[in-house]
Amino acid sequence: MNLSELPSVLWQGTVETAQMVVWSALLTALLGLPIGVLLVVTDRGGLRPLPMIKAMLGAVVNVGRSLPFIVLMVAILPFTRLVTGTTIGTVAAIVPLTLGAVPFYARLVETALRGVGREVVEAAQAMGARRLTIVVKVLLPEAVPQLVAGLTVTVVALIGYSAMAGAIGGGGLGDLAVRYGYQRFDTGVMVVTVVLLVIIVQLVQFLGDAVARKLSHQ
Amino acid sequence: MYNLPVIRVNALRKVYGSRVLALDGVDLHVREGEIFGVLGQSGAGKSTLLRCVNLLERPTSGTVQVGGRDLTALPEGELRRQRQRIGMIHQHFALLSSRTVADNIAFPLEIAGMSRAQRRARVAELLDLVGLADKAGARPAQLSGGQKQRVGIARALAARPKVLLSDEATSALDPATTQSILALLRRLNAELGLTILLITHEMQVIKSVCDSAATLREGRVVEAGGVYDLIATPGSLLTRELFPLPDPPPAGSLTLTLPIGRADEPIVSSLVRTYGVDVDIIGGTVEDLRGRSAGRLRVRIGGERAAEALESLRGRGVLVEAA
Ligand SMILES: Nc1ncnc2c1ncn2[C@@H]1O[C@H](COP(=O)(O)OP(=O)(O)O)[C@@H](O)[C@H]1O
Ligand SMILES: [Mg+2]
Repeated sequence: MNLSELPSVLWQGTVETAQMVVWSALLTALLGLPIGVLLVVTDRGGLRPLPMIKAMLGAVVNVGRSLPFIVLMVAILPFTRLVTGTTIGTVAAIVPLTLGAVPFYARLVETALRGVGREVVEAAQAMGARRLTIVVKVLLPEAVPQLVAGLTVTVVALIGYSAMAGAIGGGGLGDLAVRYGYQRFDTGVMVVTVVLLVIIVQLVQFLGDAVARKLSHQ
Repeated sequence: MYNLPVIRVNALRKVYGSRVLALDGVDLHVREGEIFGVLGQSGAGKSTLLRCVNLLERPTSGTVQVGGRDLTALPEGELRRQRQRIGMIHQHFALLSSRTVADNIAFPLEIAGMSRAQRRARVAELLDLVGLADKAGARPAQLSGGQKQRVGIARALAARPKVLLSDEATSALDPATTQSILALLRRLNAELGLTILLITHEMQVIKSVCDSAATLREGRVVEAGGVYDLIATPGSLLTRELFPLPDPPPAGSLTLTLPIGRADEPIVSSLVRTYGVDVDIIGGTVEDLRGRSAGRLRVRIGGERAAEALESLRGRGVLVEAA
């Protein structure tokens, strides 16, 4: 590659990665949060024990989590085409990224909500609060720092996944690294790309930690 | 002063799983305006009993009436409404760390559907009531244990309940803070006519605030009644707990329980003077029970006129028992 092209190619790759990660992270939060809430609420000793629902939901989440991302991505290609009309490009990559990250984040949400003290939940029950009130006004607000920390971990994982998605036509920095580094033996581009990815991950982690700390009142 | 029972627990049984019998037929009557303490060792079933009163725990059998309504028979929505009229405070305070002090106190009012303006006015009153007006905007993490419990109390009283349940509310506090919280409860009891059912394993709590007490052992009430009455009752467990004496008692010794409010009279010296008896004092305790002194002595009385001396003690209201 011509060296003068490098900045614009890197910039484009970064924008594509950001698009994939931001959109799939938003969708993951939107879907993972209610699933995590359901996992906690329907559990034995939860606000509304529903063993069947809990078992089914838990199984789906476990399957989602145990599937290697690359396999998931290929397996759901028909679904991706159904949703986005295509199987390549940044938009198409958002589908498997989201599906891969939702079970991951749902488990983190579950853990975060379980960390809310039992006494606090019982206090709300003793005040005559409805279940929905307890979820919205006790469980979620009390778990906010942990929910943010979980989302940070998820975004970092998504950056990794997005590089894989990029490799099979999603674009982004991962795509760059593979195309130049692996296929054309252009080690320089690969190294720059990897450094860029590391910087982005550090930035995300730093930001996530700062926000979680700001929101914590411990 | 005391009226009908506000809390009436009948034949309450609670079995956890299929084997753990936490409550084994408990009857409890708490009268309006009194502070009733349930005492018992760890595992005796105290928390289970208290949690059955507002149905946080559903009894296996038996009934729970609060304010004349059988809570065990209510559908869920109605039960929630009744719970809004029963305040509760907790051992570890159970405050929402994400909310300010004022918003913690406002929480039950939100649940009750009160408007924002009304909530603000009520919260200001409550902050004054518990002496935390300057902490409205603080977070629980910035408060001391005693201050946290004051917030807990303000929150519990927000919706103007007639009944307050307390689950070891002072067990996590140091002795001085415990006393200040107990004094606050006593004041609220007097000023608001609040009925309080509390559970504790601390004798101090019974001594300083309780009008009545029950002792729970292995899920059964083994003794219950007014604290002053129990002290005048031969063989009372509560008396033994309140006034510990050296064990085992030497042969031939007697236990004297002094009449309430008169534990500071020179009973022994007047016996010696009047009857010329020998009095060995083996042990003794005097305690302040809500402002009235009470005490117990273990003694051995010898001399020709010992029988007469004992008779005179009985005549003065002293409970004389073989130790
Ligand atoms: N949720 C529960 N599941 C099973 N056993 C329980 C549960 N809660 C309490 N128990 C048992 O019931 C008995 C009474 O407990 P508890 O009411 O907490 O006693 P206390 O408050 O007097 O220490 C104990 O043996 C305890 O282990
Ligand atoms: Mg207990």
